[in-house]
Amino acid sequence: MLNHSQLNRLDFMASETRSAKPVVPLLSLMGVFFRVGITSFGGSTAAWLYREIVERRGWLDEPHFITALTLAQVLPGANPVNLSIYVGSQLRGGIGGAAAAFGMVGPAFCLILVLGYLYRQFGDNPVVHMMLGGLAAVGVGMTLYIGVKLSRQVRKPVPILIALAIFLMVGVLHWPMVPVVLVLTPLSVGLAFWGTKRAAP
Amino acid sequence: MTDSKLLGLILVFAPLSIMSFGGGQAIIADMQHQTVDVQHWMGGSQFVDLFALSRAAPGPSTLIAALIGWQVAGFLGAVVATLAIYVPSSLAVYGAVRWWHASKDSPWRAALERGLAPIAVGLVFAGVVAVLQAANASVFQLLTTAVAAGLLLGTRIGIYTIMAVAAVLYAALAVI
Repeated sequence: MLNHSQLNRLDFMASETRSAKPVVPLLSLMGVFFRVGITSFGGSTAAWLYREIVERRGWLDEPHFITALTLAQVLPGANPVNLSIYVGSQLRGGIGGAAAAFGMVGPAFCLILVLGYLYRQFGDNPVVHMMLGGLAAVGVGMTLYIGVKLSRQVRKPVPILIALAIFLMVGVLHWPMVPVVLVLTPLSVGLAFWGTKRAAP
Repeated sequence: MTDSKLLGLILVFAPLSIMSFGGGQAIIADMQHQTVDVQHWMGGSQFVDLFALSRAAPGPSTLIAALIGWQVAGFLGAVVATLAIYVPSSLAVYGAVRWWHASKDSPWRAALERGLAPIAVGLVFAGVVAVLQAANASVFQLLTTAVAAGLLLGTRIGIYTIMAVAAVLYAALAVI
């Protein structure tokens, strides 16, 4: 059993290792994202990265990872790539961000071209076409699932109206997305800013 | 000729990259519109096939850009389209992450978090409708979509199990 002062000492050592982060070699950084990039599947990338980066390697602690995930989701760009850039640049600066993003995209890029080649060879086959129809329906189901999960963050009437307006304009009326987003994003962020100021004067 | 095709890929995908708030789902509606209706790079059913491929493959689903680029201008097209879809958003993210750490107490930080959420949600649901329309989805496909979303929400069944079952089921339907 450890006595009190030994425990204190362990605690001190733990906090010291936390403040002085170990330098992660660029190659092992890229390696982790490389592996996750070719073994994870749409939507689950974050879960794989969590396991590798928080649980197995302790490169980031959990609250830090959750902040990273929120930012990755909110900012433009593919969520797994954004998360890679965040974690990589957190550990090794700009070059680390680039290495992580390359590890995530590069191998997956090669893999999808192989699948694309197979599609060209067998795409005319009615069975293949039918199977892809089924896979697309499941893919849309996954998008629907992500939409439902995300919409839990939108609870107040004004944000709900904004989400509905975007959906109607882009999804139903087929208005071009860029001008719609350029008009409604500043409006939405501005209203959120105004709301915060009124709530906490 | 090839140069103008590559330029066309950049002009389509680079703006989409900056606009993809909430991830690749958000720009599927506009990507389908640009690729099929505006640029006439492919038909609606081929777009849906490529969408299915990009969803079945591991890694970010925005890699559908690589498949479209390949279709338009070969391997170089795939590389150019992939860079165009990732580089602009990645630079923006890198800048934002630096700003984020520099301004921990700014009220704008909270406002951005909450203000961008409804934009992302609206665009995701628009993407659902766009792909279903492009697929000219049958009732059976609509049902598949609903069941898949329900299983993901309500159970612990993984996406790959669902995809495998759907692939076998649809292949069986084609043979019958």
